[in-house]
This record gives sequence, structure tokens and C-alpha cells, in this order.
Amino acid sequence: MASEIPVGHETVVGSSSSAVTSVREEILSKLKANSFSEEDIFAVHLALEEAFINAVRHGNRMDSKKGVKIDYSVAPDKVELTVTDEGEGFDPDTVPDPRFGENLFKPEGRGLFLMRSYMDVVKFNERGNSVCMVKNKANQETTNN
Amino acid sequence: MAEIKPRISVEYAENATVVTFIDEKILEETDIHALQESIMSVIEEGGRLSLILDFCNVQFLSSAVLGLLMRISKKVYEQDGQLRLCNISPRIYEIFKITRLNKIFDIYEDVKSATESLLSAD
Repeated sequence: MASEIPVGHETVVGSSSSAVTSVREEILSKLKANSFSEEDIFAVHLALEEAFINAVRHGNRMDSKKGVKIDYSVAPDKVELTVTDEGEGFDPDTVPDPRFGENLFKPEGRGLFLMRSYMDVVKFNERGNSVCMVKNKANQETTNN
Repeated sequence: MAEIKPRISVEYAENATVVTFIDEKILEETDIHALQESIMSVIEEGGRLSLILDFCNVQFLSSAVLGLLMRISKKVYEQDGQLRLCNISPRIYEIFKITRLNKIFDIYEDVKSATESLLSAD
């Protein structure tokens, strides 16, 4: 009903955890309008929060002068999000698995793992300051065909 | 029942202190700091405390909350206390499972079963 040709959106927000609120609500309402399941919406919500907090905390190092760019497009069958910070970047392959050894008991280090667990694609640019994530709409049985 | 900084409610039961998260979503860094301050003061006041964290209202949380739970757990066990989590929704329990934190935390279906587990552990 509300499906539309995907249009890319770009927003730059400040480096505070509340700054993402309006763009998050915008994205989640578009997912609802495109009949994504509650599980898909939860997954995208979680991944966006984690990517944004990583960008603010580790990328921009809480510098209020720096911004976080959020690009997104919502299509009837998938959503794509890119979160870019102004930091130096990092190598995501060096982040340890939080499920094992002493990492299991650490209070931090689960954000990237959750993004990878809940999204279908998570890829970083070469510099490591921009992450692109894709979630495909889960197969849903339809009764109106 | 006392209410602290409208983020949690605290109920002192016979053998446990039950802290209930009020908010449906726990996201903002400032909220998480406020929660940490409130819960840490409950733990400090309680000494050798049996603490139950009730998630009955919570529909969404991020990894920052998992970090908060790790810090709470450390503090409780440092004081030789006990910690139980309960009323965790299936979607949030999935986060615990994926991160394997369900192996670290004692998670119960509801406050009653969490309280009973404390009785049997005494």
C-alpha cells in the first residue's frame, strides 16, 4: 500500500546519543509503512543505535563539533543504512569476539557484534569510519495472494 | 514502593530488593547514567543484597544497557550479594542469547520464580 520507489535520504546529526532520535523515528516509520515485520524493525533499530553510538563514542570521541552522517533508503524489500563519522576510522577485523574468554565479562564491545548478528550485510569503508548495513525483509507468508 | 528519578521503581520484599525498569526503551546515554547512579546507590545501601531486576516494561535496549548490567553484576557480587533478572521479553532475551550473556546472568520468568530461587539458594 505504502510501497514507493526508494529514495535516498541523507541527514547529518550531532554527536550526542539523543541526536539520532528524529532520523531513527523517520526510518522506523518508513519500515512500518512498507510492512516490514516487528522483528525486522527491531533489528534495524538495534543496528542503527549501535552504529550511531560507535560513531559518536569511538569515531568522533564525543566531540560535539563533529557530526554523524546517516544515509538511508527504504525499499519494499530491503533497507540500507550508512553511518559515517568524522573520526580516523578503525579496522573492524581487530575487534574481538565478545562471546569468548574475558571479553564475555567486559561491559563494552558488543555493538559491532550485534550489528553483524541482526543485519544481513555489514561492511565498512577502507578507512573504517563509515559502515553500510543492509536488512532484507524477512519472508512473510501472505494470505491475500 | 519508592520511585527514583522516574527511571526505576524499587520494592523491598522480604528477602530481596526488586528494581523495576519503568521505561519501555532504554537508549539515551544520560538515561543509562541515571539508571547506573540509581541502582548503584540501591546496591551500596543494601550491603549483602539479593537484587532482582525486573524488565517487565522494557521492549528495547542496546548494548550500552548490557554494559550497565555487567557493572551492576560486578558490584553486587563484590558485596557478596546475589543478582537475578526476570520478565525479559523474547526479543530482548534473544540479545542475551546471541551475546551469550544468558550464560552469565541468572534469568527467570517472573519475579515470583526469581524470588523463589533466592530462597532456595539461602
